[in-house]
Amino acid sequence: MPKDHGIGASQKRREDVRFLTGAGNYTDDINVYNQAYVYFLRSDVAHAKIKAVDTQAAAAMPGVVRIFTGKDFEGIGGLPCGWQVTDKNGEVMKEPPHPVLAQGKVRHVGDPIAAVVADSLEEARNAAEAIELDLEELPPVVDMKAALQPGATKVHDDIADNLCYDWQFGSETGDVDAAFAGAAHVTTLELVNNRLVANPMEPRVAVGEYSRADDMSTLYTTSQNPHVIRLLMGAFVLGIPEHKLRVVAPDVGGGFGTKIFHYAEEAFCTFAARQLNRPVKWTSSRTEAFMSDAHGRDHVTKIELALDADNNFVGLRTDTYANMGAYLSTFASSVPTWLHGTLMAGNYRTPAVQVNVKAVFTNTVPVDAYRGAGRPEATYQLERIIDKAARELNVDPIKLRRQNFITSFPYATPVAVEYDTGDYVATMDKMEELMDIPGFAARRAESEAKGKLRGLGVNCFIEACGIAPSNLVGQLGARAGLYDAATVRVNATGSISVLVGAHSHGQGHETVFPQVVAEMLGIDESMIDIVHGDTSKIPFGMGTYGSRSLAVCGSAMVRATEKIINKAKKIAAHLLEASEADIELKDGQFSVAGTDKSVAWGDVTLAAYVPHNYPLEDIEPGLEETAFYDPANFTYPAGAYACEVEVDPETGAVTIEKFVSADDFGNVINPMIVEGQVHGGIAQGIGQALLENCAYDENGQLLSASYMDYAMPRADNLPHLANYIVDHSCQTPCTHNPLGVKGCGEAGAIGSPPTVVNAVIDALRSGGHNVEHIDMPVSPSRVWAAMQS
Amino acid sequence: MYSFDFARPTSVADAVAALGQEDAQALSGGQTLIPTLKQRLASPSVLVSLSAIADLKGVSAEGGTLSIGAGTTHATVAAEAGAYPALAELAGQIGDPAVRNRGTIGGSIANNDPSACYPAAALGSGATIVTNSREIAADDYFQGMFTTALEEGEIITAVRFPIPEKAAYIKFQQPASRFALVGVYVSKGAGGVRVAVTGASNDGVFRWSEAEAALAGDFSAGAVEGLAAPSGADMISDLHGSGDYRAHLVKVLTKRAVAKANG
Ligand SMILES: Cc1cc2nc3c(=O)[nH]c(=O)nc-3n(C[C@H](O)[C@H](O)[C@H](O)COP(=O)(O)OP(=O)(O)OC[C@H]3O[C@@H](n4cnc5c(N)ncnc54)[C@H](O)[C@@H]3O)c2cc1C
Repeated sequence: MPKDHGIGASQKRREDVRFLTGAGNYTDDINVYNQAYVYFLRSDVAHAKIKAVDTQAAAAMPGVVRIFTGKDFEGIGGLPCGWQVTDKNGEVMKEPPHPVLAQGKVRHVGDPIAAVVADSLEEARNAAEAIELDLEELPPVVDMKAALQPGATKVHDDIADNLCYDWQFGSETGDVDAAFAGAAHVTTLELVNNRLVANPMEPRVAVGEYSRADDMSTLYTTSQNPHVIRLLMGAFVLGIPEHKLRVVAPDVGGGFGTKIFHYAEEAFCTFAARQLNRPVKWTSSRTEAFMSDAHGRDHVTKIELALDADNNFVGLRTDTYANMGAYLSTFASSVPTWLHGTLMAGNYRTPAVQVNVKAVFTNTVPVDAYRGAGRPEATYQLERIIDKAARELNVDPIKLRRQNFITSFPYATPVAVEYDTGDYVATMDKMEELMDIPGFAARRAESEAKGKLRGLGVNCFIEACGIAPSNLVGQLGARAGLYDAATVRVNATGSISVLVGAHSHGQGHETVFPQVVAEMLGIDESMIDIVHGDTSKIPFGMGTYGSRSLAVCGSAMVRATEKIINKAKKIAAHLLEASEADIELKDGQFSVAGTDKSVAWGDVTLAAYVPHNYPLEDIEPGLEETAFYDPANFTYPAGAYACEVEVDPETGAVTIEKFVSADDFGNVINPMIVEGQVHGGIAQGIGQALLENCAYDENGQLLSASYMDYAMPRADNLPHLANYIVDHSCQTPCTHNPLGVKGCGEAGAIGSPPTVVNAVIDALRSGGHNVEHIDMPVSPSRVWAAMQS
Repeated sequence: MYSFDFARPTSVADAVAALGQEDAQALSGGQTLIPTLKQRLASPSVLVSLSAIADLKGVSAEGGTLSIGAGTTHATVAAEAGAYPALAELAGQIGDPAVRNRGTIGGSIANNDPSACYPAAALGSGATIVTNSREIAADDYFQGMFTTALEEGEIITAVRFPIPEKAAYIKFQQPASRFALVGVYVSKGAGGVRVAVTGASNDGVFRWSEAEAALAGDFSAGAVEGLAAPSGADMISDLHGSGDYRAHLVKVLTKRAVAKANG
């Protein structure tokens, strides 16, 4: 019988009750007395010199409170970047200023030029239309390779070559060259990892508030990490000390990475509220979201794989151009480097691996982490080139992968990380079983009888999650630690509030975290609530991203709960007049080992707060403990994915007939939530592979700036649930965190894009089309065009 | 949205009078117009809602003709145009349930979006567009993207479709908007064979005359097979497909539509 509570139970998500019945409290639901509204006048050209911004007529329009321009932010800090990358010559990356409102120049469509604060949003918009702009248009740079050409327009005047950094990582050049020189076969592939827009259901919102009475600023914002925003905005932008700044991220309707970063609108609302002594609110429209939320991916890569005569991988070399956009977003610099280069070994024993990345400024929206962040880019290249190599060598792609698997752990890769544990053979076996690989030939024949081409795509993936050991990331350029914190506050009657640094915006923390504490204490989950998302309530937290919540913050929670248990045992020992060493906690009862003497959880908690009969000489009253947890290593979820597609050879339309994922997430606390996370991640991966395309024209205009042109995956783009199988039964527990968990939030989005593309190529080749590669999104028109050539 | 006055007449005559005011605009289901207003791309002084005019609503079949009031929603057509199944099916594939419950045939035909579905049905059936002042044959009505024969202030009151012997519509969705990347409507009836194409051309909905000629003698997919696809040069070319791709789809979808019409 499956468990119905504690660790391993598929408990329904308690937070869904409020989300599904309209009781959620999202940032846009927050309205503060006397609030004003801000409308941002944004650049509609990609690159221009700002010659004049005349706000005089606009300022006199009805309802206008004040109009701010770049001038108002002179002398105020710009938006900082949280990760300093050092390039291959030992020089630090170029870090151009990123002002809250544009100063001197606009650098992408959507760059905010002026901010109109008015009594109503309509009045603010009316006044914004009356602002007279004198912009001198400059030629934009959109294409990364063109941006690096000598003489290209400079996005930032003092960065001559538009190059943020030229980074090299992994094995020594000599070793890699030697591997290639001695190789029996070399496979080469050039590909694009398409630019994406995260598109969480809830657009970004910021409400700034200021209390003159205590000089306190409050920002309500759609953030995945309120403490990070407090740190960045307080220390680097506005100069407000932490104790005078409160950041609240209430219910947040999805983040997918794009709500990690500190944005200009947050700083603006906080700043303006102080200046005006009046709350200021901004709610992004969907159109604004397309041109102001950080985008994801956008890599152009050449990858080469060297194999020996026995088909062993002997060398791997990549050359990637990574688009930074016009400014460095909060973690932009880390994505193509430490989150991408470190994963380039994949699940394989390749002895020499070298990664080269040029990060380039262009006149486009800044690019930063999006679900998977760097790891999908790594997986995509690697798993595409292995497929190509298998075809060139005429070997089975599964066999080729198996042959090169890492099989003993711990395993130190040539790209800095050490995998603590894993079993890639087990996940491959599981995938093969669930996919029914032997039945593929018959299914292909069935499709062909209907005039369709059927293809099978397989691949593996590994990711580094549970981000991250602070000492390590500090050496790699991170400007913050990446631990997390939790406070377990036990109340007098035994109910518990757990204050956690991880923010839940769809992940289900409010359900899962109590399951862990309930299991440890042997009490019911209904006695436990999670508190998150408010810097004035929770001790500290680095937030939610990188599949880290349970692995890092959950570990802090376990540590704090252990402290609670230790103290509670002392109290119980006192109440039971026994030795602490003899006290056992089971099912919410403290008992003296080997006797029938016991006290209940509630008796102990009450004693802690009403300490009439209490060991006051040894311990303090109260029952509240905090723990900070810094992981010893990353966690390394891994898996094997497969998918079958049908291609309509007349139209190029691709449908996904079956998708199987066999993941190893280590231990699993709530299987239903894990499956939901993977289903959602794969949906986003399928979106990237088949549909999503954030495209700019040569003038730097965003061609896909609304849902009329930006294709999001919908339910009917995915296989029916019966053929959409996510399995996590292969479990090699993480060796270094107390729960043995690895994280599951990004896996689906990381593992699935190459699966789909591999399958489409397989289908086309079965139809006699000599197609090696199609860049994502593999849209009907691209498939058709590939078949024509 | 800029501010505007709002009128909600209950008769066509009152609506026509209200539309006589300067910068007045008709509002039907609002599925096109409201987003346009929200983006401040239109600034009518008066919005004249047609939704309270009972005469503009309903589906009726009589003597081989299906009449649909201009204010009839896509959902109603999908549910009630059983006398003309290909048309009912087309209506049921427009947008999503919210769009179908608000959007109307009159609004769609008046708007004449180059990727919309109804224009293909009207042209592909040889329908008649009935307005407050005249009747216009579909062949004369559609005059290029977003351009029609309607005069300023003229209101579509109904669309009359001769019910053909056979008909079918095949829509190949643009992946994002799910309007027609290309849609082909074929019919065979008393007026002969018609093949109307939406989504493809820079000139909006059009009849593919070569295919009509080939199908007139032999209404089969095979008759289309032998044709060259129309030229891609005049076709829409964008993020979702080149002109050549659209031209190719015109042929593929025509074949499929004929096969479907033949059951
Ligand atoms: C998400 C979405 C998806 C859609 N998908 C599709 C699709 O797949 N296929 C498709 O064909 N369409 C699609 N549409 C468009 C939809 O069908 C609209 O409903 C239709 O184009 C306009 O109809 P309406 O009644 O909403 O008109 P409105 O938006 O009210 O008006 C549109 C225009 O027509 C004018 N007008 C309205 N009624 C009359 C009249 N009786 N006489 C004269 N002028 C009039 C108005 O003044 C306005 O200029 C979609 C729309 C949305 C929002």
